[in-house]
Amino acid sequence: MGTQGHATPLMSQPGNVGIPVQNNLPPLPGGSNPLVRPGFPSNANIQQQRVPSINQDFSPTRANTAMLHGNRYPTIPAQRVSSQPNLQSTYNQQFQPQFVHNQQYNTKPASGYNTPNFNHYQNVSPNQSVVNQGFNKLWGAENYDLLQTANILPPTRIEPPQITLGNDTLNAANCSGEIFRSTVTKIPESQSLLQKSRLPLGILIHPFKDLTHLSVIQCNVIVRCRACRTYINPFVYFVDSKRWKCNLCYRVNDLPEEFQYDPVSKTYGDPSRRPEIKSSTIEYIAPAEYMLRPPQPAVYLFLLDVSRLAVESGYLHLFSKVLLEELVNLPGDSRMQVGFIAFDSCLHFFSLAEGLSQPHEMMVLDIDDVFLPCPDNLLVNLKDRMELVKDLLNQLPSRYNNSYDNNSALGAALQAAHRMMSATGGRVTVFQASLPNVGPGALTAREDPNQRASAEVNNLKPANDFYKRLALDCSSHQIAVDLFIVNSQYVDIATISGISRFSGGCIYHFPLFKFERPILSEKLTNSLRRYITRKIGFEAVMRIRCTRGMSIHTFHGNFFVRSTDLLSLPNVNPDSGYGMQVSIDENLSDVENVCFQAALLYTSSKGERRIRVHTLCLPVVSTLHDVINSADQQCIIGLLAKMAVDRSIESSLSDAREAFINVAIDILSSYKLSLNLGSTPGGLLAPNCLKLLPLYISALLKNQAFRTGTSTRLDDRVQAMFEMKTKPLPWLIQSIYPDLYPVHNLEEQQVILNMMEEPVHVPPHLQLTSRLIDNNGAYLMDTGDHMMLYICSGVSQVFLKECLGVPNFNMLSDQMYEIPTIENQANQRLISLIDYLNSEKPHRATIQIIKDNSPSRSVFLERLIEDRVENALSYHEFLQHIKAQVK
Amino acid sequence: MAFNFSAFAYIIALIVDAFLIFFSLFHVIAFDELKTDYKNPIDQCNSLNPLVLPEYILHLLFNFIFACSGEWFSLVLNIPLLAYHINRYRTRPVMSGPGLYDPTSIMNADVLTKCQREGWIKLAFYLLSFFYYLYGMIYSLISA
Repeated sequence: MGTQGHATPLMSQPGNVGIPVQNNLPPLPGGSNPLVRPGFPSNANIQQQRVPSINQDFSPTRANTAMLHGNRYPTIPAQRVSSQPNLQSTYNQQFQPQFVHNQQYNTKPASGYNTPNFNHYQNVSPNQSVVNQGFNKLWGAENYDLLQTANILPPTRIEPPQITLGNDTLNAANCSGEIFRSTVTKIPESQSLLQKSRLPLGILIHPFKDLTHLSVIQCNVIVRCRACRTYINPFVYFVDSKRWKCNLCYRVNDLPEEFQYDPVSKTYGDPSRRPEIKSSTIEYIAPAEYMLRPPQPAVYLFLLDVSRLAVESGYLHLFSKVLLEELVNLPGDSRMQVGFIAFDSCLHFFSLAEGLSQPHEMMVLDIDDVFLPCPDNLLVNLKDRMELVKDLLNQLPSRYNNSYDNNSALGAALQAAHRMMSATGGRVTVFQASLPNVGPGALTAREDPNQRASAEVNNLKPANDFYKRLALDCSSHQIAVDLFIVNSQYVDIATISGISRFSGGCIYHFPLFKFERPILSEKLTNSLRRYITRKIGFEAVMRIRCTRGMSIHTFHGNFFVRSTDLLSLPNVNPDSGYGMQVSIDENLSDVENVCFQAALLYTSSKGERRIRVHTLCLPVVSTLHDVINSADQQCIIGLLAKMAVDRSIESSLSDAREAFINVAIDILSSYKLSLNLGSTPGGLLAPNCLKLLPLYISALLKNQAFRTGTSTRLDDRVQAMFEMKTKPLPWLIQSIYPDLYPVHNLEEQQVILNMMEEPVHVPPHLQLTSRLIDNNGAYLMDTGDHMMLYICSGVSQVFLKECLGVPNFNMLSDQMYEIPTIENQANQRLISLIDYLNSEKPHRATIQIIKDNSPSRSVFLERLIEDRVENALSYHEFLQHIKAQVK
Repeated sequence: MAFNFSAFAYIIALIVDAFLIFFSLFHVIAFDELKTDYKNPIDQCNSLNPLVLPEYILHLLFNFIFACSGEWFSLVLNIPLLAYHINRYRTRPVMSGPGLYDPTSIMNADVLTKCQREGWIKLAFYLLSFFYYLYGMIYSLISA
């Protein structure tokens, strides 16, 4: 579509094509939607074709859901716009609501595991008539008495709630819930209504997510609103075929002539055929106006801690090995540059000049006033000096074996990195194993190991602002710093993380890292491999716009907020998410929908300037009942966790914990209020869309980030907090409330198809309680980047033999970190389940097999967060506590 | 009519207060600029931070003179603001230089509104106290 030829002279059509269509169109249901575009010619067609397809697709098993998952993302393949695939995927999305509905009712009785229980406990509140219940069920508005419903977790995966805009085309065009989520799918019309519902209002976004289908558009003019600079999107209103009304600021703009050209049919006419109007996630290749300077090359600099602790941990072996293997896969074009600096109590630079037979090491001892030992050859073109770089990587692991230097001058190394890269910008990767204790930004150990279990946690704030100030300098030179922390002692993550948090970087933490420990080294290898090869966007900015009357209030994530709606992201990576709190400033009762638009402008590793635009449209409602029943519990939890991190750092941990409980109480109270039941006999009622909220909150209170009473290292806690701030929602939920599956009877479970269309037996999710752990079973817990296979002593010998290749329970080793591949069906089923679970993660999870009598079983048991542990309430006690408070 | 120490205290307070009015005006304008995206938060914080301590010290200075001259009523009027200043500086974010404002948190809507409101309230307070000091000065000049 780059070829927007003006060869065909514009005929008189453009105006005439749109209008007759508009007249032919039957009045739309509802009729009052201002964003409904007048001319969507194929609307009637779609309605007709849908009916047979429903029947075709309909089946009681979940087989087809997998297909939906596979191409959930409804856009056109990159660079290729043809109407066929788009139409198809549009259907898929339209089906989803209905489909999920059907599936729910059909699979419930069939879902093997503990269905009888499940149905038995779903005790719908007593004082509603059967008719009412039926209706409520139909609309998904049934409510649950939480205290009576022991098994509240749905057996299947929880999908993002559907947004209904009263128009199928708009519904289909809306942004995918995996990219853009709002805490409510219907926006309350005023701040006071929002306050009455007590729900937090905000959006979570995962803007640079890896997508399988994305329409990329190259055009001369990117159509944007002249007043607020909003990109044209599916929710704008076409006044006539030459003008469009912005859905964010309501200004009427002219439509450029070339926008009426349809690249698919190569004709002029109705603008609604354009990909910009059909899909709300779109990528533009930006023309020169969007560049302040020529696109930067990909520049990667690695800072390696080589102090004694670092050498002992042995991370250099893994680093060199993985980087050597993946050097060719580093994203970048022919201009790509790399460099290395090692640091202990001094800085070791490596000159990779042309003609050298091996890398030339230069040591700079003056760390208080850092200078670069030579002006060039520290950052070199990778393609030209591939041999030298490989040579260096081969030497690195053993090079510092004899050093006994205990100091680490991280601050000085970062200053040197900043100086080296300030001309180009790029990515700095830091490996840190010990506390930076010399030179600028030196720190002292602040943690008191005796206080690890106390109720009040100190030292969550940074000790100094050196790293933050340096991060801001880096940010203004388009440098992002990523941290890989492979510590065995306290390294003060609270302070050094500043360098990543404000420069748009990311932080990986491998506590107690030792090269010899299989899980940790596998985890580092996997993360590093993903990190090196994943997509990267340089010199990025992201702007979030929203409809007039609303405003973005607070931002969560790793970036620097440069103005009220502009985030500066020197690097953007596909594994980080962002959150924004939103406030309603004006009454929204005169509009039907509100929109949020996130536009991410970045330079791709190939040196192209691109803009990725996501638009989310939400309807506005005026009643408390509607608002509460539109809540998205997972998104609420994601936002609350971010807010709680801020609260714990600024105020105190106990404040944050209290706030969590208050949120649960407030929301359930306001729900009770909205039901208008008068005095209810006992029970703790929650709507379907919020029934898991108390469960997740009680899980959060036991999470590493917010727990008290259990010994938690300060670094681990701080890192867990930053993960709350940056993890995209699905992974965050998984780390808060891991998925637990029974795997001893996989052959009885239902079958779904994975992306390769192969059948996978997927068991239902279990709640995290030992009540459901049977002594004759085997259970797989998936916490996101780590899986645990828990083998109980009574498990059948057949299972042990077929799946794990051991004759009996006693022969099972305590140190087993992979599932052996054995030629039989049971083993195949287990492995394909694990592969299926891994397929949606950024990198493979590590796996550990735990026997129920081994000392490491506590790793598994402490994640059964519904049970009572020493100092924390069980889920049931937590509910009773809430019930006592709900008015 | 005589020139005594309390009259001197009021004259100093009057002059210093005039400066403080300008300080708080600058403060209000600076935050308005931030809100309307005219300025980069890093630059704005760099220009605001050096002014925080001088403002607090000037305010402390004339209150000290009030205490010396025994103008207890005027001192009591200022004590809440003094306490606020001390508390505000004590709970400032971790930073190496002097000042209060951190470019990474200043764009947070809560902080921004709070700072803006603080500016307006201080402006009003300084303006009102300006007239009060004027009155105090004339009163102590003619009464003695």
